Amino acid sequence: MTTVVSSPVQHLEVNGIPFEAVIGIECHVELKTETKMFCGCRNLFGAQPNTNVCPVCLGLPGALPVPNRIAIELLVKAGLAFGAEIPAFSKFDRKNYFYPDMPKNYQISQYDMPLSVGGSVSFWLPDGTKKSVNLTRIHLEEDTGKSIHSGSSDGRIAGSTSSLVDFNRAGVPLMECVSEPDIRSAAEAVAYLEALKRTFVALGVSDVKMEEGSLRCDANVSIRPAGWAALGTKSEIKNMNSFRSVLRAIESELARQADVLSRGGRIVQETRGWDESSGVTIPQRSKEQAHDYRYFPDPDLVPIEFSKDDVRRLRDAAGTLPQARLERLIEVDKLTVAAAHQIVDTAGLADFYEAAARMSGSPQATANFLLGDLARLANDSGVAVAASGATPEALAELVALTASNAINSKTAKDLLVRIWTSGGSPSHIVEAEGLAQVSDLTAIDRLVDEVIAANAQTCADFRAGKNKVMGFLVGQVMKASRGKANPALAEERLRARIEAGSPA
Amino acid sequence: MAAGAVLPLAGVPLAIKDNMCVIGTRTTCASKILGDWVAPYTATAVERLLRAGALPLGKTNLDEFAMGSSCENSALATTHNPWDPTRVPGGSSGGSAAAVAAGEAVIALGSDTGGSIREPAAFCGVVGFKPTYGRVSRYGLIAFASSLDQIGPLSKSVEDAALVYDLMAGKDPCDATTVDRPVEATLGGFPKDLAGLRVGIVRDFALDRLEPDVRAVYEAAYGDLQRLGADLVEVALPTADYGVATYYLIAPAECSSNLARFDGMRYGLRAEGADVLETYERTRAAGFGNEVKRRILIGTHALSSGYYDAYYVRAQKARTLIAADFARAFEACDVIACPAAASPAFEFNAKSDPLAMYLMDYYTIPMSLAGVPSLSVPCGYVTPQGSDKPLPLGLELTAPLFAERLLIGVARAYESGTQHAAHRVPPVLEASAR
Ligand SMILES: [Zn+2]
Repeated sequence: MTTVVSSPVQHLEVNGIPFEAVIGIECHVELKTETKMFCGCRNLFGAQPNTNVCPVCLGLPGALPVPNRIAIELLVKAGLAFGAEIPAFSKFDRKNYFYPDMPKNYQISQYDMPLSVGGSVSFWLPDGTKKSVNLTRIHLEEDTGKSIHSGSSDGRIAGSTSSLVDFNRAGVPLMECVSEPDIRSAAEAVAYLEALKRTFVALGVSDVKMEEGSLRCDANVSIRPAGWAALGTKSEIKNMNSFRSVLRAIESELARQADVLSRGGRIVQETRGWDESSGVTIPQRSKEQAHDYRYFPDPDLVPIEFSKDDVRRLRDAAGTLPQARLERLIEVDKLTVAAAHQIVDTAGLADFYEAAARMSGSPQATANFLLGDLARLANDSGVAVAASGATPEALAELVALTASNAINSKTAKDLLVRIWTSGGSPSHIVEAEGLAQVSDLTAIDRLVDEVIAANAQTCADFRAGKNKVMGFLVGQVMKASRGKANPALAEERLRARIEAGSPA
Repeated sequence: MAAGAVLPLAGVPLAIKDNMCVIGTRTTCASKILGDWVAPYTATAVERLLRAGALPLGKTNLDEFAMGSSCENSALATTHNPWDPTRVPGGSSGGSAAAVAAGEAVIALGSDTGGSIREPAAFCGVVGFKPTYGRVSRYGLIAFASSLDQIGPLSKSVEDAALVYDLMAGKDPCDATTVDRPVEATLGGFPKDLAGLRVGIVRDFALDRLEPDVRAVYEAAYGDLQRLGADLVEVALPTADYGVATYYLIAPAECSSNLARFDGMRYGLRAEGADVLETYERTRAAGFGNEVKRRILIGTHALSSGYYDAYYVRAQKARTLIAADFARAFEACDVIACPAAASPAFEFNAKSDPLAMYLMDYYTIPMSLAGVPSLSVPCGYVTPQGSDKPLPLGLELTAPLFAERLLIGVARAYESGTQHAAHRVPPVLEASAR
């Protein structure tokens, strides 16, 4: 996962007065369970329409929901990962409204007693600033089916002549994660979403694929004079299909609101859809009236109870979470935000890194090898670092050998290639094959003198001010030493002896 | 079936109320809205009886979606009371009660939400038993009010009801509201009399509200309980009087949501409109009868924002108080005895005012709200003036939660200690048999 945030922080101003963005995000995340939320049908993306259905998820008369314990536990794990409170008692409610892709014309959801309350999501912006966004709640509900409209040019309902419904998605467990309006820029919104995604993937809670619809999000966006406590009127932005469109949609909406205000207009509370091609948000046909969902406790389900032991068991099962790792990598190990994200977001790399860094005592050098040479080898071979011949012990040895100048960087690179394919201990190889860097002055001087003797013209050029040739001369020394000479020392001795005008 | 094995219900004809799914059969809820819908699965309770050897005879009539107390709300057929065909069989399980009374079925299944098994059982002179809420699976029972609906048997004798209950009861993995707690068998080991039993007579259900002939039957019934060895103790159910009002908020609220799925999109009746919204409206306007529409409207209103706290939430609080009243009453007595209905079966169209109809369930609703097991057993007959046809009355017996074994034992002792039950045949049938 690489960050898409590259644009500079948007400057908001209305008639010369600095304004700030106030953004809250609502995410719907499909949980990665074997079966659906309230029946035994498979939870599978991309199957033939209406093949994973049964009386329960089709809402047939007389069918009853039975909750999926695994889905409940996944949501609780997600909440615990963000330090949320898991109330001892929670329940399901019915959200009543008519829609053709909703088989019962009500959705089983949670209204006033969600499974997870509060918590906060921490993340780091590319410039190294740390930011925390509070969560309001995370609750569990069932997904709806999917309508497919035909007869219109764009597959939308407007202008369509018929609609088909696929109920494979109906009843898939869906987690709704609501943030407080703590987000202050489009870039923060994306970083927040990336932090959620990172954690959900690490926990195995969800695939979090926006393109497959397993992550869907809406943004509540408003602006206000910087530093004010009161909230401005918000618009709800929908139809954002990638992190990139989240960034663009929010930036566009913030600019639009600032523009409306600077012309003396008023923001109206409305739902706006992001239009990818025109790059603006467009008001969506407002529903006739505000919906009254007539929530009430679902009498087909019994309340969910969580003991302290249940919560402890789930917390213990979670292992080290990305947020905690990033905290260590950025704040203790002093890695850059980009390097820390790269390590944490690559499967298996964080454990490898932490073991190697602990043994070598040089986190940054460890990260450099891991994200440089080893990442390149992984990329070229298609094998993950953790699955290669290289071990954290070997990397730590290599870091130590390089740091103590026992080997030079050329030898280090060669050794990495060797242990990648055949494993082994770098210090053993160095010892057995005499690869240790030559830093002995007498030995270096002997090589330097040989090179000077063999390259009289080049040395003359250097003396005449052609500094560029030094690289060539150092190369000759390295070659003569079969790569073992300490290059820094070689250059120092070359300069000294050429300038001293010794043997010409 | 293995050779030599005898299934407990082998060959027993079973009638099934037509709000329970039986695979491959049309299931209507006596409503036009289901059209020709054929159930693709079988309700758990039915399945358990079929596995025990019962022979499904067919489906029985009911008030549409089990909403009513006379069977007159059926959109599909009229059911007459076998004791007097000019009178209703009661409801909503009127078809099941009439089928058993007429000897068409040996046992029948009904569902009881606020009295829908007990009241028709009383009207038709049969035994009707509503178990503790959560004892019998609702999977495959087309929901009216999910927190109240409970399947139970109707039969000629308490013993038959016990046999059927024992086979149906118990946890069902398909119904999250079934209780995971061992089922105490109710069949067998019946007490011979009621010696030492404390029977609660509800002060708040004073018999002086009843017609004199009806009152005399109940007084005699209480006397029979005493004669059989029971001690009569007065108990109070002070909030029971709010039962009907409470019920007519909770049940419609749940039904307004439960019946939302009948929209013409996936199955059943579809009355095409210009767009989706109009199709919904036309389908539901054409498919639901007046009583169903009335309850959907009441329920929708009770759940609406601004009214939810005043209606739904208060009704739930009242329900809690009613349940607490029962718990308190059962500290002083073992079972409660009261009338199952205030009158015998009435004539068709006698209760055209919905409120008058709702009050038919005055004695049965509090038990439904409290979730406690309750049954009606025949306790005598009255012959209305100008009629030559005796009409049965039912004694309602109620026990604490999960005390089905006690309840069945008491009912059985009462039944065998009196001659009101079972062996009498409706005179209409006697006449036709001659
Ligand atoms: Zn299903």
